[in-house]
Amino acid sequence: MNRDIAVTVNGEVRRANVMPRMTLVDLLRDVLGLTGTHIGCEHGVCGACSILLDGAPVRSCLIFAVQADGRTVTTVEGLADGAGGIGDLQDAFWECHAMQCGYCTPGMLIAGHALLKENPEPAIDEIREAISGNLCRCTGYTQIVEAIAFCAAKRRGEDGS
Amino acid sequence: MKAAEFDYVRADSVAAACRALAAAGPGEEHKIIAGGQTLVPLMAMRLARPALLVDIDGIPGLDAIEARDGALAIGAMTRQRAAELSPAIRESVPLLAKALRFVGHLQTRNRGTVGGSLAHGDPAAEIPLAAVTLDAELEAEGTGGRRVCRANGFFEAPMVTAIAPDECLLETRFPVWNGARIGTGFQEVASRQGDFAIVAAAAQVALDGDGRCTRIAAGLGGVAPGPVRIGALEDELAGTRLEDGGIDAALASVGAAIEPDDDLHATAAYRGRVAKVLLGRTIREARDEALA
Repeated sequence: MNRDIAVTVNGEVRRANVMPRMTLVDLLRDVLGLTGTHIGCEHGVCGACSILLDGAPVRSCLIFAVQADGRTVTTVEGLADGAGGIGDLQDAFWECHAMQCGYCTPGMLIAGHALLKENPEPAIDEIREAISGNLCRCTGYTQIVEAIAFCAAKRRGEDGS
Repeated sequence: MKAAEFDYVRADSVAAACRALAAAGPGEEHKIIAGGQTLVPLMAMRLARPALLVDIDGIPGLDAIEARDGALAIGAMTRQRAAELSPAIRESVPLLAKALRFVGHLQTRNRGTVGGSLAHGDPAAEIPLAAVTLDAELEAEGTGGRRVCRANGFFEAPMVTAIAPDECLLETRFPVWNGARIGTGFQEVASRQGDFAIVAAAAQVALDGDGRCTRIAAGLGGVAPGPVRIGALEDELAGTRLEDGGIDAALASVGAAIEPDDDLHATAAYRGRVAKVLLGRTIREARDEALA
């Protein structure tokens, strides 16, 4: 009953032989070793496992790996600059102290990244709505919202402060 | 929480999907997976334990949105996010466009489908509420052929719909209201934006040049086993100018049309009270939009 699948993950074709019941997040973490994506609730409530599927943010605990066969996935690892450094949104999270325990951070980064791609100049309410599907139990969200706004401002060439 | 073991096939046509569904052995469940945003949580919690998932994602033509015979036909595989952004839906079925913003979160709307939400029939779900309020019809195909059901009557009990185990929903046809002065209202109370509604209310009105209501549709979700249309209230308000006092008086008929339950999130009494308040707000919202 196992299936052979091929998924393009962060630009690289990755092949695996999986049981249909394996979720995409388990494939990413346990089979492909990409542990940047976190697993929280495993039923689509917390948003920690958010990834981009064909460019759109989705919850990877609500997709079976077999459904992703032939598709393109970007994880939080794929948001980095590829040279061992971090991306500008990640840098903004660091700058604004937008995390405490860090559990929700990969999902927040994916949500923020997807928002800024669609809307380079989001209002605060739009940022809040964009991360409304992601739970954070530490920060109170304020610094996360600030970090996304800061990154957007920097990308527009403003100083962000 | 992980889903129990199951087998998986990708169907390349609706007929093949129906055959795979019909091949379930005694006591076995074969289920369609479209976007999976309702089904996968149920499987993770072992509330659903299908032996086979039939993936209809790759079937061509199931995600079309097209105007036909005075209605807008929305293919079952249309992603909720695509529907939310569709100019045709915003133009022709504005109530649905408004409701879609309340469906889950962006991450689930990117995967979840219009048809999936209807086929599962969560009593608090927004798309079924819009379908019942606007008197949409659903077309499904099974191994025995195609049939059409009205949304009104399709939602039989919480998470139980009229769709048969061997059937695949093809499309939902939402009637298009013509006229210059059409307004819609959609409101809900939920513990967090994007969570399932405790109560949701929907209304669409058409006004004549004089500001008189020529047509009204009003419905409630989360207060009965499925969405309900509040016909008595509609009858009372049709032909009026939808003045605040008239709306408030007509809301008295809500109580008889709903059967709210107690659960973890709210008492039946609270739901009944919120239902009236929200429905009043949506009708005023629809009226003001039509007048604007």
